[in-house]
Amino acid sequence: MTGQPLHIGFIPLVDAAALIVAVDKGFTAAEGLNVTLVREVSWSNVRDKLNIGLFDAAHLLAPVAIASSLGLGHVKVPIVASFNLGLNGNAITVSPLLHAALMAEVDGDPLDPMVTALALARVVAARRKAGAEPLIFGMTFPFSTHNYQLRFWMAAGGVDPDEDVRLVVLPPPYMVNSLANGHVDAFCVGAPWNSVAVDLGIGHILHFVSDILERAAEKVLAVREDWSEKNPEVLAALTRAHCAAAAFIENPDNRDEAARILAQPERIGVSPEVLLRTLDGRLKISPDGTMRESRRYLLVGREGAARPDPRQAAWLYAQMVRWGQSPISPEALKTAEAVFRPDLYDAALGVPGTVNNDVPDAVGAFAGPAFDPDDIAAHLAAFEIAHMKG
Amino acid sequence: MAAESSPKIVIVDESPIRAAILEEGLREAGYVDVQHIREMHNLLARIYALDPDVIVIDLENPSRDVLEQMFQVSRAVRRPVAMFVDQSDSESARASVDAGVSSYIVDGLKKERIKPILDLCISRFNAFSKLQDELDRTKSALEERKIIDRAKGIVMKLKGLTEEEAYVLLRSTAMREKKKIGDIAQSIITAAELLK
Repeated sequence: MTGQPLHIGFIPLVDAAALIVAVDKGFTAAEGLNVTLVREVSWSNVRDKLNIGLFDAAHLLAPVAIASSLGLGHVKVPIVASFNLGLNGNAITVSPLLHAALMAEVDGDPLDPMVTALALARVVAARRKAGAEPLIFGMTFPFSTHNYQLRFWMAAGGVDPDEDVRLVVLPPPYMVNSLANGHVDAFCVGAPWNSVAVDLGIGHILHFVSDILERAAEKVLAVREDWSEKNPEVLAALTRAHCAAAAFIENPDNRDEAARILAQPERIGVSPEVLLRTLDGRLKISPDGTMRESRRYLLVGREGAARPDPRQAAWLYAQMVRWGQSPISPEALKTAEAVFRPDLYDAALGVPGTVNNDVPDAVGAFAGPAFDPDDIAAHLAAFEIAHMKG
Repeated sequence: MAAESSPKIVIVDESPIRAAILEEGLREAGYVDVQHIREMHNLLARIYALDPDVIVIDLENPSRDVLEQMFQVSRAVRRPVAMFVDQSDSESARASVDAGVSSYIVDGLKKERIKPILDLCISRFNAFSKLQDELDRTKSALEERKIIDRAKGIVMKLKGLTEEEAYVLLRSTAMREKKKIGDIAQSIITAAELLK
């Protein structure tokens, strides 16, 4: 397998860290792999190039991997993930105007997403009464954690994401501009874009998405299922290289070097300082310099984050059902869960893996009952706002 | 049956030259209803306003992800849209991605009618890349010419040589060191700047 050239696509976001460091720090080479990283501009491109075989593997939104396996919205190509590139890492950033409106309405701790969601409901109601246009929220892709996190949050406060506000897809590099010139009032996006908006003084980070879900599978190292079957050794080596890279990044002594690697213009291309803050989970959340720190902001491998957890895939599938992207069926659930392959992760490392149970239901949502992958219909019935098919 | 004879095609491309090349090709082939969107702000609203049968977008455009929203069930969408490529046509999907173009059609338009449009887009995109390559090559040849001229000037001044003698010296040095004459010229300029 040595020398077989591999092409791996990625989007310049901090949760591509394990992939970028695996290659640029030589962990893939140490496994005998010859990897070329290809920087992409859209998730559609990453998905299509993976699907038709131009990429051997890709940094991919976990819900896109699931949607691809289910054939939702696009061609059906079964995808598997042996490595979870990151848990969490997104944030909700709002314009100074919306921030002021929300803060005027909050009744309680603004770090509590239920408090802000209820405040949002009041702002939305007041705007409707005044005949104002609905608020516009930017997110990155129809099949994205960002989409589901925004929806989960606002719906908990009584805001219907399809009726009361507008959710629009925006490419991450356009988010900050769109917020600055008022095309959107808020957005949910991954690092570094929230920090960029705060540094420019045009946005306030309202929530880390870890406020909404304690553990959400964000990006995965995705390969086609048939590729994984034909290249088990290569995939195992690639998975090991990623584990080594994740361990490297999570060691605080290496953070400076990791940030420098990621900062290269052909990789993520933002200042190492912003990257360091992201990896440390220590973010400036307001233009006035207020800092906030969270150990759950972005997990690249620590606390069992790298081992795919099919319960998190099931949660993402449940959101597709809740918002009408997928019909509900036991087969579809099984397909979704089978995208996340802890068995491949364990096989690569050659040790029996352990399930991380810090968060008992694997996701730890701030509202609603504990997630139950065995009865999604009953679980979803507990949520008042939903737009299920049929 | 105007719609039957010529589907409405929208080109989403930030490159005006490439869009013009594509538009011209489509018109020559008899597709008269072609529009070009260059401004990405409010892209979906612009597309809905034009209500096209076919949407063509370049793959280097990050706004491709915005188009994915059209596949979603939403009241904002008037007509369902599908991507042209499907399982039965992976060859064409590959050719399309290789050329750097992607197409979307509204549901219901027959594949036989779309295929020639897509093929035309692919060949025009390829033609554009070829042009771009040639342009880049010409540009770098020009750049090299300039560098050699500057290096020649330096050598002439420092060693009191004629222009031809200076060129011969550059060329023979390049041959001896198995380097390109442009690289030798660049080293001379760099050295001259260092020693200024």
